Amino acid sequence: MTNWAARATGQATTASLAGAALQPRKRAGTQTLAAYALLGPGIVLMFVLLIGPLMSVFALSFTDYQLGERTIAFIGMRNFQALVGDPVFWKALGNTALYVCIVVPGSVALGLGAALLIESGTALRSLYRVLLFLPVMATLIAMAIVWEFMLHPIFGLVNAMLKSLGFAPQNWLQDGSLALPALAIIGVWQQFGFNMVLFLAGVVSIPKYLYEAAAVDGVPNAWERFRLVTWPMLGPVTLFVIVISAIRSFQVFDTVHALTKGGPNKATEVLLYSMYAEGFEFFRTGYAAAIAVIFVILVLALTLLKTSIIERRIHY
Amino acid sequence: MAKVELSGISKRFGRTAVLEDISFTVADREFLALVGPSGCGKSTLLRIIAGLETQDSGSVFIDGTPVDAIVPRDRNLAMVFQSYALYPHLSAAQNIAVPLLMRRLTPLQRLPFASTLMPQARAIRREIGAEVARVAEALEITSLLQHKPGQLSGGQRQRVAVARAMVRQPKAFLMDEPLSNLDAKLRVQTRAEIAQLHRTLGATFIYVTHDQAEAMTMADRIAVMMDGCLLQLASPDHIHHDPVDIRVAEFIGSPKINVIETIASDAGDVRLDGSQVVIDAQARPGEAVRLGFRPEVAKLTEPYEGDLKGQVSHVENLGSDVYVHVKAHGFAPIIVRTRPGEPRARLGESVGVEIATSRALAFGSTGRRLARRAA
Repeated sequence: MTNWAARATGQATTASLAGAALQPRKRAGTQTLAAYALLGPGIVLMFVLLIGPLMSVFALSFTDYQLGERTIAFIGMRNFQALVGDPVFWKALGNTALYVCIVVPGSVALGLGAALLIESGTALRSLYRVLLFLPVMATLIAMAIVWEFMLHPIFGLVNAMLKSLGFAPQNWLQDGSLALPALAIIGVWQQFGFNMVLFLAGVVSIPKYLYEAAAVDGVPNAWERFRLVTWPMLGPVTLFVIVISAIRSFQVFDTVHALTKGGPNKATEVLLYSMYAEGFEFFRTGYAAAIAVIFVILVLALTLLKTSIIERRIHY
Repeated sequence: MAKVELSGISKRFGRTAVLEDISFTVADREFLALVGPSGCGKSTLLRIIAGLETQDSGSVFIDGTPVDAIVPRDRNLAMVFQSYALYPHLSAAQNIAVPLLMRRLTPLQRLPFASTLMPQARAIRREIGAEVARVAEALEITSLLQHKPGQLSGGQRQRVAVARAMVRQPKAFLMDEPLSNLDAKLRVQTRAEIAQLHRTLGATFIYVTHDQAEAMTMADRIAVMMDGCLLQLASPDHIHHDPVDIRVAEFIGSPKINVIETIASDAGDVRLDGSQVVIDAQARPGEAVRLGFRPEVAKLTEPYEGDLKGQVSHVENLGSDVYVHVKAHGFAPIIVRTRPGEPRARLGESVGVEIATSRALAFGSTGRRLARRAA
């Protein structure tokens, strides 16, 4: 029996060796060809929809092109030099940074809090999930109009509530010191549901036995349990959520466009709105492209930060 | 150290009864094994003792005090989980220190920078560090203390989990299948180590396992559970030689006990079909009786001598023992233990099987053991 098995294996080996020797090159060639053929559509689409436009934006940023003009000239770094000297650009950059600094902590903390509350409760879980996720699903531009009514200085709901509580009503969107925070609050409202879903997934995947071990080990209260188990186990999710929130709030545009148009007096001028205004209101396409390049570089930096952190994976 | 007492514990999950009226007492310093097939409720029972699960009725007493309303933290029991449940972000040393940190430091002292600011917190932490080092040395894991659980092998993680349980002197140790994730060789080795640990600590151990060999080799007493009921609680010897239920007899012992079905005679005699062997048991006339006898209770004879006759269908040689499977007409294969020194049975050979009737067990139609006849 052993002999027979050995002979059978021997034959099989010889046969496969012969097969491989007969036409190795031809087979490898067809395989490469098939691989390229299968990759083709994806590569083409990526070039047409992503890399191509990106390259043309980069190219445009070195020209003086204006939308609708028939002439175009290479002007080197002059768009970028103009940007550096443009106070509106710096204002927009600062406003965007401030917006990110409010929205990221706000939406991450609220998202985590909502996820923990939903997970710890038993009743109506899916209702809360749906309700809190609704702002993410809704079209932001439509929601912005609803917010415009709510923040209206005379008949807005927010001011009516403030007045009934004995506070002075505010001119939310026209007051230079309130407009950006108001937009940031709308941003938090819109984004935290998304973070909540990510955190919910993270919380659900924490193994139950860790909480049981914590209970037996003598964890005295919910706060210590959170510190010993939940928070460390959510570490990777939290990093991901922070970076995603930062990238998303960097892209703030809809609410600015719908509610303030960058005003009052550039108080809500943000990077993407500047780009839009330069490109499609003043038709300075080359200049707008330069802003876009800066924007892409910043988002790229955030993305690289994210991948480098996630690849380092702090634990397990 | 402590006595653990269960009284009338019942538990249902939805409409399924998981535990039905379980009562028993684990003596101080005793090693009790809860054994049964998976799904028999043994883990649930252990979790009720730990306080991780609440029973529907009945009470748990530790040292005579009811603990039903007491949270796991204050029951002061230690538990080793099947998955070890180590905190993956903490090093082995930090894992072992958790129970002490949670009990000895105040909430303020536990805050991240407390030990740099408060000399008292620093002193307590130093003390805890020394105790962790001592336990680690006892379990020979000192060199692993700085590793995270993810960098440890299964056996090493198991030791860290045991160290975490040992580090504070708990009233009792609860172990939920702590060896089931180890490979076979390590399992046998660790078995001896845990038994040794029990002797050195002199602590009460309640050990859940589905492996009857673990229960037999380690425990002072074994509680056999099936379908949410406690079938028998006795010493390993007793459980093995004197099971009260056919399910106990079939679950304990490897290879499995031989079972032959027969019908009691009109006089209530129990005997093997077509043989003269009368078993010492009281059966109702005409009752269906199952006869159990272990492989070591039977021996091979010449075909014309035995109580049963059959052909050798398979021979398992374990080195120290040789198990011979005999196919007798009308019966399931019967396993007979022989010694390697004895004449070797050959496949297909006709043999007789002689049963030591005094050690054969008779079970009635309900599965309960039949009483012996009064002499």
